[in-house]
Amino acid sequence: MKNKQLNIQQASEYFKDGMTVMVGGFLAVGTPERLVHAIVDRGVKDITLITNDTAVPDKGVGQLIVNRQVKKVVASHIGTNPETGKQMIAKELEVELVPQGTLAERIRCGGSGLGGALTLTGVGTIVEENKRKISVDGKIYLLEKPLHADVALIKARKADKAGNLIYDKAARNFNPIMAMAADVVIVEVDELVEVGEIVPDEVMTAGVLVDKIICVEGC
Amino acid sequence: MKAKEMIARRAAVELKDGDVVNLGIGLPTMVANYLPKGIDVMLESENGFIGLGSVGESTDSNLVNAGGQLCGIIPGGAMFDSAMSFSLIRGGHVDVTVLGGLQTDQKGNLANWMVPGKMVPGMGGAMDLVIGAKKVIVAMEHCAKDGSAKILKICNLPLTGKGVVDLIVTELGVFRVTEKGLLLTEIAPGVTVETVKSRTEADLFISNNLISMKNVS
Repeated sequence: MKNKQLNIQQASEYFKDGMTVMVGGFLAVGTPERLVHAIVDRGVKDITLITNDTAVPDKGVGQLIVNRQVKKVVASHIGTNPETGKQMIAKELEVELVPQGTLAERIRCGGSGLGGALTLTGVGTIVEENKRKISVDGKIYLLEKPLHADVALIKARKADKAGNLIYDKAARNFNPIMAMAADVVIVEVDELVEVGEIVPDEVMTAGVLVDKIICVEGC
Repeated sequence: MKAKEMIARRAAVELKDGDVVNLGIGLPTMVANYLPKGIDVMLESENGFIGLGSVGESTDSNLVNAGGQLCGIIPGGAMFDSAMSFSLIRGGHVDVTVLGGLQTDQKGNLANWMVPGKMVPGMGGAMDLVIGAKKVIVAMEHCAKDGSAKILKICNLPLTGKGVVDLIVTELGVFRVTEKGLLLTEIAPGVTVETVKSRTEADLFISNNLISMKNVS
C-alpha cells in the first residue's frame, strides 16, 4: 500500500506561488490549522484561495489574508475578517463573493466532472452579472461554473492509512466536497488508525480521494 | 417589551409543529426562544446539520451554529456537508426561513447583504435561503438607526432576492406581501395605523380584519 503519511515540512513542498488552493472550514471550524500555518511559514504568494469565509484575522485562513499571501479569494462571506474588506477596498485583493450554496455546488461540480450547475440563486441580483441564463421548462436559471484547485487542504477527525475519513460534527462542512475537487488532496487529522479499523459504512470520504495525510499528534 | 423581543415573539407564531426552519444570524436566532407550547420544529444550521439546539448548550468547539456560536444538537439531529446542507435549502426541504433585513419593499424584494462602499460582508447562505425556503419571513426593526424607513417602495441596496419575501414582522406590525402590495394585517398594541404609515415608505393596504399583534402581550 502506498504510504500517504507526510510530515508538515513534506506537505509544505506542495505549496507554490500562484497556486489555487481550497481550504475547508466554516469560520475556522473544520480548518486544518497546521497546514494553514505551513503556508504562512513557507511564505508563498499570489494564492487564489477558495473557501467559505475568511474567518477571523488570527484563525484559519484569516492568517493568509492578514499576511497578504492571497491575490484572489472566492468565498461566500468575508465580514468576520475586517482585513479582507480593507484589502478589497484598497484594490490589493480581488474578492469574488459567491452565494454559499452556489459555492458548494460549484466545488461539487469541479469534483464530479460536471460542466456547471443551474440555479435560481442570485437571479435578479448582481450575482447574475456576466453569467449565462438558461431557461429550463420555463424557469430561468443561472449557469454557475465548476471550481477546481491545485491543492485542497482539508480537516478530518480520523483517517485510516488508506485515507478513509471521518469528520467531526459541524467541522465537516466544505471538507468532503473539496476532497473531490483538487489535483492534490492533503488531509490533517487528529487520529490515524490502521486500514480496516474504520467500518466501510462509516467512511465519509473514500480514501482514494485523499493523497496525503498529516497527523496532528504525530501519530 | 423591547422591539427585538416583540419581533422574535411574533415571528415564532408563524412556525408550525414539524416545520424545518432556518433562522438567520442575530435577531432571527432569538425566534427559537419564543416557540408556542406544543410546537416542535427542526432547526437547520447551514454550516451542516439539522436539529440545532440552544446557544451555549455545548462546549464542543466543533459544534457551532452558522454564526460560529457554540450550540447543541438535539436527539434526532443529523450532520452533513455543505453541499447536502444547501441541497436541503434549495431543494424545498426547508419550510420556513426567518432572516434579518437592511431593506425590503412592496414587491417582496429583500436587501440584506451589502451597503456599497460601506459594508460588504457577503451574502453567506442568504441568497440560497430566499429562493429555496417555502416561506420567507423578514424579521427586522421597522426603521434604521437614523430613523429612515426600511420598508420601501423599491429597495435601493443590492438585492439578496427578487420578489422572495412572504411576510415582514417588525415591532410596529405584521405585513403580508401580496400581488397588490403590502397588507398590514396586525398592529402592535398602542400603535396607530397613522404611525405605521408615517414610518413606512411603501404603499400600505390595511386589512379589513386588522388585529392586535399576536404573542406580544
